[in-house]
Amino acid sequence: MTQPDLRVTIGGLELPNPVMTASGTFGYGEEFASYVNLHRLGAVVVKGISLQPRAGNPPPRIVETACGMLNAIGLENVGVDRFLSEKLPYLRRANARVVVNVLGDSIDDYRALAERLSDAEGISALEINISCPNVKKGGVAFGTDAKMARAVTEAVRNATRLPVIVKLSPNVTDITAIASAAADGGADAVSLINTLLGMAIDIRSRRPRLANVVGGLSGPAVKPVALRMVWQVARTVSIPVVGIGGITSAEDAIEFLIAGATAVEVGTANFINPRATEEILAGLIAYLKEHRLASVRELIGSLQLG
Amino acid sequence: MEHSQTRTSEVVRSERLGSDIFRLTVLAPWIAEAAQPGQFVMVQPADGQDPLLRRPFSIHQVTGAGAVQILFKVVGRGTSLLSRIRQGGQLNVIGPFGKGFALPSGVEENICLIGGGMGIAPLLFLAKRLIGRSAVVGCRLVALLGARTGSELTVLQGEFQQLGLATAIATDDGSSGHHGLVTQLMLQNMAPGDAWRVYTCGPHPMMRGVVEICQGMAWPCQVSLETMMACGMGACLGCAITNPKDPNSYLHVCKDGPVFEMSEVAWR
Repeated sequence: MTQPDLRVTIGGLELPNPVMTASGTFGYGEEFASYVNLHRLGAVVVKGISLQPRAGNPPPRIVETACGMLNAIGLENVGVDRFLSEKLPYLRRANARVVVNVLGDSIDDYRALAERLSDAEGISALEINISCPNVKKGGVAFGTDAKMARAVTEAVRNATRLPVIVKLSPNVTDITAIASAAADGGADAVSLINTLLGMAIDIRSRRPRLANVVGGLSGPAVKPVALRMVWQVARTVSIPVVGIGGITSAEDAIEFLIAGATAVEVGTANFINPRATEEILAGLIAYLKEHRLASVRELIGSLQLG
Repeated sequence: MEHSQTRTSEVVRSERLGSDIFRLTVLAPWIAEAAQPGQFVMVQPADGQDPLLRRPFSIHQVTGAGAVQILFKVVGRGTSLLSRIRQGGQLNVIGPFGKGFALPSGVEENICLIGGGMGIAPLLFLAKRLIGRSAVVGCRLVALLGARTGSELTVLQGEFQQLGLATAIATDDGSSGHHGLVTQLMLQNMAPGDAWRVYTCGPHPMMRGVVEICQGMAWPCQVSLETMMACGMGACLGCAITNPKDPNSYLHVCKDGPVFEMSEVAWR
């Protein structure tokens, strides 16, 4: 049998396969280069970038929970200038398709970031983080309010020629309303879910286990919630959906594709198995062959109901 | 440049060194060949998703036959699962990661290794590397070891002694050696006028005590730190510690350490 066709298109972003990395779990790519051929991945989504460098939250920043982990990193990043001068050149040399996750405190921040990154060579798309729950101002307000989500999407849309992916927060009453607002604002695609807001307490000291008190839950524990939200959003919007949330195996990724995702991002699994992305890709190819599917696109949204 | 392995390794030896202290030896030549004293590995405590994360362990010893050892006390579910692995079992270990101890560079100094509890682990690997170095010939090489109780130190002290190190021990319960803190052994064993280089790993208060003495004596000292971390390779950013030289940034134990110069760490 010939090799199955793995190509997918996410709002103008053509990828050789649907396996991407999730922002914040893969550094700036170089950290994983001794384990993964970055060129072979659908795309590398880098750690979220802001206009100015951010130090992040005080420790402790992470805690393990049942089948998952909480993090409150606080969007630590090198800032857009150092990203462009120190991090992007490596990714270009590695021939990786680069999606830059961006975050800001104001619509002006997002617009300025979109303009700066559009001028750079070697960036394939922008992913707009409107959903990170860790920073007190900015981020969370955009992701939980449909009007704000639409406004920030429009601002970025008008500032760049690059494909725009809006990354959605699950910490909302109705994620389809936010997804629709992003689509109305001109998003080329939506990606979901970001982490679920959670908490853990040390019962001996009665103190929170995270210095930030609350943090984002990720890992296999969130997968059923993420899958449900991807399915709901894919039925609601006409733009492509990128599925994220607890994917650790090819089987997990295939579930998201069947639910309606055009591509997936692998997150927390990278921490446990730095080769997770390539192994998921290999497993996806084996599944397509076993089920005699000529293209991965035959899987997308193929959920059988009734 | 793909070369790093993620495949599972065979456990060739499983030892119990105390009531709740264990040592596993795994065959992982690609780690053993690359490892430097003070570096660490990330170990998956069990298959499956709970517990989810790998645990960092400093490399306790490597052998010429390609084996790597970790030493640990059972403190939670992860280490409890690890303690049940027997010879012939499987363990997924990746690494080595991080910046290890900087070895002395020819200056004539006496060397003192100070370990508390499981912080002793990386010092045995360091001792093995030090004894073969010409810079160390003619210098004193001392290991000061602390633990809750004497039985935790029996095997380990013997191994430092076999390498030719002078050793002294301190225990919290007084069951063996000095009844008290390992830091109290320092001035008994290290003449203040002599040139000493100190390497230490152990509980934070112990290392702070070691550093206070080293600062007072102007002895150079490197410390090995432990924090929570999810990945070990600079991606999760979970292992941040305060940077005393720049309040607007954090250091990361996995990449900037785990071994630091004492001046790089905020002790208060």
